[in-house]
Amino acid sequence: MPDGMQTKTARTGTAMLEIADLHGFYGESHVLHGVSLEVRQGEVVTLLGRNGAGKTSTMRAIMGIMGKRTGSIRFQGTELIGMAQHRIPRLGIGYVPEERGIFSSLSVDENLTLPPVVKEGGMTVPQIHDLFPNLKGRGSTQGTRLSGGEQQMLAIARILRTGATLILLDEPTEGLAPVIIEQIGVAVRALKARGFTIVLVEQNFRFAATIADRHYVMEEGHVVDMIPNDQLHANMDKLHTYLGV
Amino acid sequence: MFQLLGIPPQALFGQLLLGLINGSFYALLSLGLAVIFGMLNVVNMAHGALYMVGAFVAWLLLTYLGVGYWGALVLAPLAVGAVGLVLERTMLRRLYKVDHLYGLLLTFGLALIFEGAFRHQYGVSGQPYPIPDLLKGGTNLGFMYLPTYRGWVVATSLLVCFGTWFAIERTKLGAYLRAATENPTLVQAFGINVPVMVSLTYGFGVALAGLAGVLAAPIYQVSPLMGSNLIIVVFAVVVIGGMGSILGAIVTGLGLGLLEGLTKVFYPEASNIVVFVIMAVVLMVKPAGLFGRER
Repeated sequence: MPDGMQTKTARTGTAMLEIADLHGFYGESHVLHGVSLEVRQGEVVTLLGRNGAGKTSTMRAIMGIMGKRTGSIRFQGTELIGMAQHRIPRLGIGYVPEERGIFSSLSVDENLTLPPVVKEGGMTVPQIHDLFPNLKGRGSTQGTRLSGGEQQMLAIARILRTGATLILLDEPTEGLAPVIIEQIGVAVRALKARGFTIVLVEQNFRFAATIADRHYVMEEGHVVDMIPNDQLHANMDKLHTYLGV
Repeated sequence: MFQLLGIPPQALFGQLLLGLINGSFYALLSLGLAVIFGMLNVVNMAHGALYMVGAFVAWLLLTYLGVGYWGALVLAPLAVGAVGLVLERTMLRRLYKVDHLYGLLLTFGLALIFEGAFRHQYGVSGQPYPIPDLLKGGTNLGFMYLPTYRGWVVATSLLVCFGTWFAIERTKLGAYLRAATENPTLVQAFGINVPVMVSLTYGFGVALAGLAGVLAAPIYQVSPLMGSNLIIVVFAVVVIGGMGSILGAIVTGLGLGLLEGLTKVFYPEASNIVVFVIMAVVLMVKPAGLFGRER
């Protein structure tokens, strides 16, 4: 059906990631209840919501780190559901988990160069050091001896080398001091300027408001609202209700 | 002739050499166990049996196909590694999500089956395996006589152990292995096929046991029980060194072999239990083992 295909392409434009009616399960527990969202190329989109709303689970579902998924997750038109887990990142999706996942048995350099390069056009190590000067000269340090903020930088940095074009950032500011959060913000804006597409899970929506184009609000395993960043101010009351702050 | 602490040097160095030989086998076997435990979280009770299979493959190659020691040195570890791959893919893989105890029980059962099958076929009396011509004879070092083959076993084992250590601790492939040992899910999320890595790790670990079996064939006789005699001590070595620690396995293996040799000189009655006494002490003082990290 070429006509139907064309209409669809025209409607979504340059959609990079399209999630439709995504249900996700960890064993018996049903954690995602019909998530639908869309991220366009070059956008920074946040997932906001209370603890347990399904933000992290949505990211894990995209990466295939979930027992069972139904519905659809399309990355640049390729369906990810049913794909072997190790093939998903190879399409150009980089994942920075909430717990950062810095390996203690690896040095900083080994951590940085661990994820394989999956596409051309990734950043070089000197470029990464320009973005995160704290990592410079720390190469032989044990990964987990870095401070929390530096570990977060390393967790982001190692994805940038791989050529991934979509980056999933799970709570990059969690537990960090304001001055470090500022540094992370500068880096994320620099990545956006470089053309990366970023999905960001955040509890700290003040931080999110400084970098995001749009915000999806999640509750009980699905998306309940979408607020463009320029309308964030007008929707503050609603957002406070959603987030319970 | 001089004496050390009332012991003739010939006896002392002779026992030390014997200790070093035993230590080489402890090191090779506990290294494989450590690699497997680190990656799969499986206590591979089949390790001793696969060491025995390695020795038997060498003997079968020689007896039925006329393939000599050098061919066996390559083929037997490959054969044992292939057996390991099949075991991992068809059986062990199903047990990763349940308690570690099931992996231990499965591999223990496999060990009994392997030993039983070879025992049924070849009996318990050992089969002799000749030392290859190139490694016959020995050298008088002045203070002791060194049979060439024994020197070869120690040197080969040291080379393989430290080669493995280097590959794991200092190379890119090793970095994947270490990372996947810590957090397999995340390594998979970077695009590495972790299940294949796990299979290959098990294959490699048991191939080391197969190699040890070939090395052992000319020294000990090739017998279905040769593995179960050795494996108990090897498990003690792994516990002393620290579960999953690569360097710990190598250093502890060699060290305990030497210590056993020394005990044979100074207090022979204790030589069979010294390793276990040390294990008990280490478990009391440092439960994670000498080189282990608390988990």
